[in-house]
Amino acid sequence: MLCKRIIPCLDVDNGRTVKGVNFQNLRDVGDPVELATMYQDQGADELVFLDISATIEGRQTMLEVVKRVAEVLMIPFTVGGGVSSLKQATALLKAGADKVTTNSAAVNRPGLVREIAQEHGSQCCVLAIDAKKSKSHDGWDVLTHGGRENTGIDALVWALLAVELGAGEILLTSWDRDGTLDGFDVPLTKEFAQQLPIPVIASGGAGGPDSFVEIFGDGSADAALAASIFHDGMWTVDALKSQLKKNGIEVRI
Amino acid sequence: MIELIDYGGGNIGSMIRCLQRLPADFISVETGDRISGNNPIILPGVGAFGSVMNSLRTRNFEKPLVAAIESDVPFLGVCIGLQVLFDASEESPDTKGLGILGGKVLRYKARKVPQIGWNRVESSQKGFDDGYAYFVNSFYPQPLDESVVLYQSHYETSFCAGVKKGNTLAVQFHPEKSGTFGHELIGRWIDAL
Repeated sequence: MLCKRIIPCLDVDNGRTVKGVNFQNLRDVGDPVELATMYQDQGADELVFLDISATIEGRQTMLEVVKRVAEVLMIPFTVGGGVSSLKQATALLKAGADKVTTNSAAVNRPGLVREIAQEHGSQCCVLAIDAKKSKSHDGWDVLTHGGRENTGIDALVWALLAVELGAGEILLTSWDRDGTLDGFDVPLTKEFAQQLPIPVIASGGAGGPDSFVEIFGDGSADAALAASIFHDGMWTVDALKSQLKKNGIEVRI
Repeated sequence: MIELIDYGGGNIGSMIRCLQRLPADFISVETGDRISGNNPIILPGVGAFGSVMNSLRTRNFEKPLVAAIESDVPFLGVCIGLQVLFDASEESPDTKGLGILGGKVLRYKARKVPQIGWNRVESSQKGFDDGYAYFVNSFYPQPLDESVVLYQSHYETSFCAGVKKGNTLAVQFHPEKSGTFGHELIGRWIDAL
């Protein structure tokens, strides 16, 4: 039986892993390769690296990080953060990323998804969607630019279009839950997981094992991404997986 | 010296990095004339059955590859490298496979296709352990000869996840992305050369 996947997420700024809230008060928490190896050893199923550098130098440094990670990591990893062109996606994949993720750029130009999927295969193309409960319709709005802009676009409609364009997976972040420790967004995730024919990775709100049990159960997520609970040392991946297994969730141990 | 077949498709980088980690000596071969017939061969990759078979044929890999495998040269196939060993695939009905193993390659009839993630694989041959392996696939082989089955797995239906017949070993999952389980699988294959 296919296992549910636990995916730690690392933000990288100019070659260092950082931690902060809403990109403020960023703290250097270590070398991405060392942390990646640590999470791999704890039993992480995949990793996601997000480049939050805002500079060209930062983007170049990210390619070096990707190369170093690819040399040692024996599990799949996805890279994203400002991916706005096929050329950029190609460079990241050639450097060793297994998948790339796009977000705001794809909303602005959906053709980007098709380009990446056609050139490299759908399995390399993860579409990240930041979603917030809509005030204007029964559903969720797509946010872009780190949550600063509400496009008013229906998130599920966008996800369905992305599937047509060739997206292989959806990384669905609940902006209502992100930064809280109150649990993943079950209604959002469940709706997407049931409507989409591709895997849905839940993101935003992970607090502890209960969060994961409900998002994999009722929420029907195929995978779950988290940052704070791992970076803060609240839970190791293996301790989390033990709890999930006890609760009847199929995980790789 | 392992001959790593590069037919121009994607994903060879991850196998290269895996071999570098082990470490193992290898050369990339891009056309069939570079197959010596004496060295172990790895056929990695992702891609559609039809387009990969076409690439193999265009680069003159078919004859030397079949000859090498049939003369018991050690062979390791990964993902599409497993599927092309068979007669045909539902993915590309107009294209014949290498036909080294009898049987067809079928598409999962599951709600979500492709299968993406870690799945339990159970071994039916000695010297190979059960474990979890990383899959990214929509198709899987159905060997006519059940005795070649090496690994079984389950994705809404039971499916063959790997075969071994003599020196021919091929798996549907990506050992180069399957953590220590995959690393050790390839390591043992290399140690046995």
